[in-house]
Amino acid sequence: MPADFNWAIGGEAGDGIDSTGKIFAQALSRAGRHVFTSKDFASRIRGGYTAYKVRTSTEKVRSVVDRLDVLVALTPRTIEENMDELHDGSVIIYDGDRTTMADVDIPENMVDLDVPLKALAEDAGGAIMRNVVALGAACEATSFDIEHLDSSLKKRFGDKGQAIVENNKQAARLGQEYVQENYPDADLDYELETTDNDYVLLNGDEAIGMGAIAAGCKYYAGYPITPATDVMTYLKGRIEHFGGHVVQAEDELAAINLALGAARAGARSMTATSGPGIDLMTETFGLVATSETPLVIVDVMRSGPSTGMPTKQEQGDLNMLLYGGHGEIPRFVLAPTTVNECFWKTVEAFNLAEKYQTPVYLAADLAMAVTEQTFEPEAFDMDAVEIDRGKVVDEDTIEDHQTESGGFKPHEITDDGVSPRAFPGTAGGAHMSTGLEHDEQGRRTEDTEMRVKQVDKRNRKVETAKEREDFSPREFGDPDADNLIVTWGSNEGTLVEALEYLDDDDVDVRILSCPYIFPRADLTEEFEAADQVVVVECNATGQFADVVEHDTLQRVKRINKYDGVQFKADELANDIKETLAGEGQEVEA
Amino acid sequence: MSSQVRFTDFKSDKQPTWCPGCGDFGTMNGMMKALAETGNDPDNTFVVAGIGCSGKIGTYMHSYAIHGVHGRALPVGAGVKMANPDLEVMVAGGDGDGYSIGAGHFVHAVRRNVDMSYVVMDNRIYGLTKGQASPTSREDFETSTTPEGPQQPPVNPLALALASGATFIAQSFSSDALRHQEIVQKAIEHDGFGFVNVFSPCVTFNDVDTYDYFRDSLVDLQETDYDPTDREAAKEKVLDADKEYMGVLYQDEESQSYEQTHGLDSDMSDIDHDGAPEDAMDLVREFY
Ligand SMILES: Cc1ncc(C[n+]2csc(CCOP(=O)(O)OP(=O)(O)O)c2C)c(N)n1
Ligand code: SF4
Repeated sequence: MPADFNWAIGGEAGDGIDSTGKIFAQALSRAGRHVFTSKDFASRIRGGYTAYKVRTSTEKVRSVVDRLDVLVALTPRTIEENMDELHDGSVIIYDGDRTTMADVDIPENMVDLDVPLKALAEDAGGAIMRNVVALGAACEATSFDIEHLDSSLKKRFGDKGQAIVENNKQAARLGQEYVQENYPDADLDYELETTDNDYVLLNGDEAIGMGAIAAGCKYYAGYPITPATDVMTYLKGRIEHFGGHVVQAEDELAAINLALGAARAGARSMTATSGPGIDLMTETFGLVATSETPLVIVDVMRSGPSTGMPTKQEQGDLNMLLYGGHGEIPRFVLAPTTVNECFWKTVEAFNLAEKYQTPVYLAADLAMAVTEQTFEPEAFDMDAVEIDRGKVVDEDTIEDHQTESGGFKPHEITDDGVSPRAFPGTAGGAHMSTGLEHDEQGRRTEDTEMRVKQVDKRNRKVETAKEREDFSPREFGDPDADNLIVTWGSNEGTLVEALEYLDDDDVDVRILSCPYIFPRADLTEEFEAADQVVVVECNATGQFADVVEHDTLQRVKRINKYDGVQFKADELANDIKETLAGEGQEVEA
Repeated sequence: MSSQVRFTDFKSDKQPTWCPGCGDFGTMNGMMKALAETGNDPDNTFVVAGIGCSGKIGTYMHSYAIHGVHGRALPVGAGVKMANPDLEVMVAGGDGDGYSIGAGHFVHAVRRNVDMSYVVMDNRIYGLTKGQASPTSREDFETSTTPEGPQQPPVNPLALALASGATFIAQSFSSDALRHQEIVQKAIEHDGFGFVNVFSPCVTFNDVDTYDYFRDSLVDLQETDYDPTDREAAKEKVLDADKEYMGVLYQDEESQSYEQTHGLDSDMSDIDHDGAPEDAMDLVREFY
């Protein structure tokens, strides 16, 4: 009985793969098991193939692996696509009555569970429930208590009425019983232990949306784009309960401008997009920075350039986020490393934005955004959320920031670079913000001295933040190891799992995972203390490696993956070993 | 406070650098008077300006304001208003700003029907970039970049607005001070997107669409028995290629602003909790 169990359902887009997979994942999570899900959109063969994969264990799981123990195959292609990951004793559940599945060949060494999914679903009240019949069969195959499935069916279909829930429960029972009766001797040596733990299961986009609400965000404007759309979907229908509003804009140009308007009006405001949308938003990004408007801009990265591979992983936008925009623009760039960090970094992004009156980029990536992970609910401890709105002035304090003739100074030159902020409606605070260079009152100027003062003032905020905030990396592995692995974004989980493989081969490494891209920690000492430094990232040119080389004036080795698929732990462990041994550099051409 | 507000309270201490005689002076005066007349004051007013000579208006007025990027003033205005419906929001820009680079946003701002006014200073030329054709320039209007004229029909902003579902469409003329002020006032008072195309002559680069031209050709709808609530009549007027009209061309009296239909009535700048809002833990429980 393997502790780490891998299950998948695959078929054609439109077969209800995602929702079925999610029902099973939720059932596992409710049964006190850790879950890590991933979505597979095959690139080898064009077409509608799609799969939802669930890795589960009683231990924490942090990445995907190349192994499948039970596969629900709705199409023959599902079996072909996953053949490499199937092994001796893998169970394949399929409907042999389906014409396309009639002649599939299940390899001898695997367990063949031919279940009349459609017919049984019809018996339970409708063919549409055929996937749920398969879930019932999967429960039987894994000795998993079907009552856990009931509760997730209730969650999924509760809105549609009790009758629908009951029909689905019945459909699952029929699948379970069919396997019991027809395959009594099948050698099913899987057994999914349950625990009393309560976990929550969510993905990065949802965590970002939840973090926004927790941080008091009231306004969201966005334009749909994979894989950022789920942020908007999550907020819509939820943020309203907290006095907020979501707008689907006509394009990203409008989205960021709507969000900017709301931010100027004093609301905590956010937009989210992916690469192509960031390009469009870059025009207004400069205005956001120059007008010193607090704004959170989420980039859920996908494969680029141009439309690239919209459903595939990449961390290729870093240069754009760090340097995008004409002129020189102070900004924060944060990169969450896990689904849970998506929540906390979003909260932090709002605080940084308001404390320093700058735009904040939150750089998430596809692998994290669409991946669901289980956490203890305390990982999202709402009591620990803090709100810092920075230097907001009101009617009483505004006088300290006015000129002799009563003009408010929204761009007052201050030691820390941060100026007072007056929400519209504040008496005595009327002022104009502009993308033109301006004086302390916000009035256009081309005065050379004032230009330099304002540029310095804006840049000074970064220095202030470096003094006041903690931009340390997260650390894993052996703190005394000679080999230093540096990474950012969603690779952290995979690296942490890779540690086990490296340990088996006696390779000691220290891992620094950097959630702050700008400003970032100075890694010079760490680099000097290490024999070898390897930077791991999902892009071809090593964008983060470039910046740390620049910071530390030291060359690093690089592991780059840019085939559209996130790293897997065993594969990454091998790459690290080879790279440390001086072999191979770039993986995946 | 509002009872004592005079239109000069909306003036900033910056002297306009517009060319002497520019139509934008009159356009701005009318806007300030209309704001004061409708009971607003600089602290509750938010002006969003575009880019161009016209866009400089934000600098010359005194209120909360933002001078945006070229063509994107309308979404900024909508964001401001949605986040704080108590503010009086006025968006201003040029014909290039609004109907060229910003044309997409114009159509959608009209559809969205946020309660704000949009004043376009239409001089049928690009002023600030020194005299190129604008989307409202005549087909044969010769400019440095179109020596034979644009050879394309001009954009018809009124028809575009009507086709997009506008609830308030008006046209005015900057030098007819009283009528201009009245029309802008009606746009402010309208519950929804109050769109006013203002003929605001450029005395430096446009010698065709001049004060004299508009004075002679404009037909004031107020002097006819025109009914602005009649959409069919409005259709006829906005598509009339032979005449230019002044006044309210269309007003949907049933118009309900975006904020009303979406239940937006609070000032979102308030965060009345120290940490996460009350009940936020429910958001986590949902994921069990
Ligand atoms: C993205 C961008 N492109 C071009 C410009 C240059 N530009 C400044 S004003 C303007 C045209 C303004 O024309 P209009 O809106 O008619 O205003 P006017 O100056 O006539 O009042 C242009 C193209 C700019 N500022 N930004
Ligand atoms: S160039 Fe034309 S539009 Fe610009 S200020 Fe002069 S007259 Fe007015």
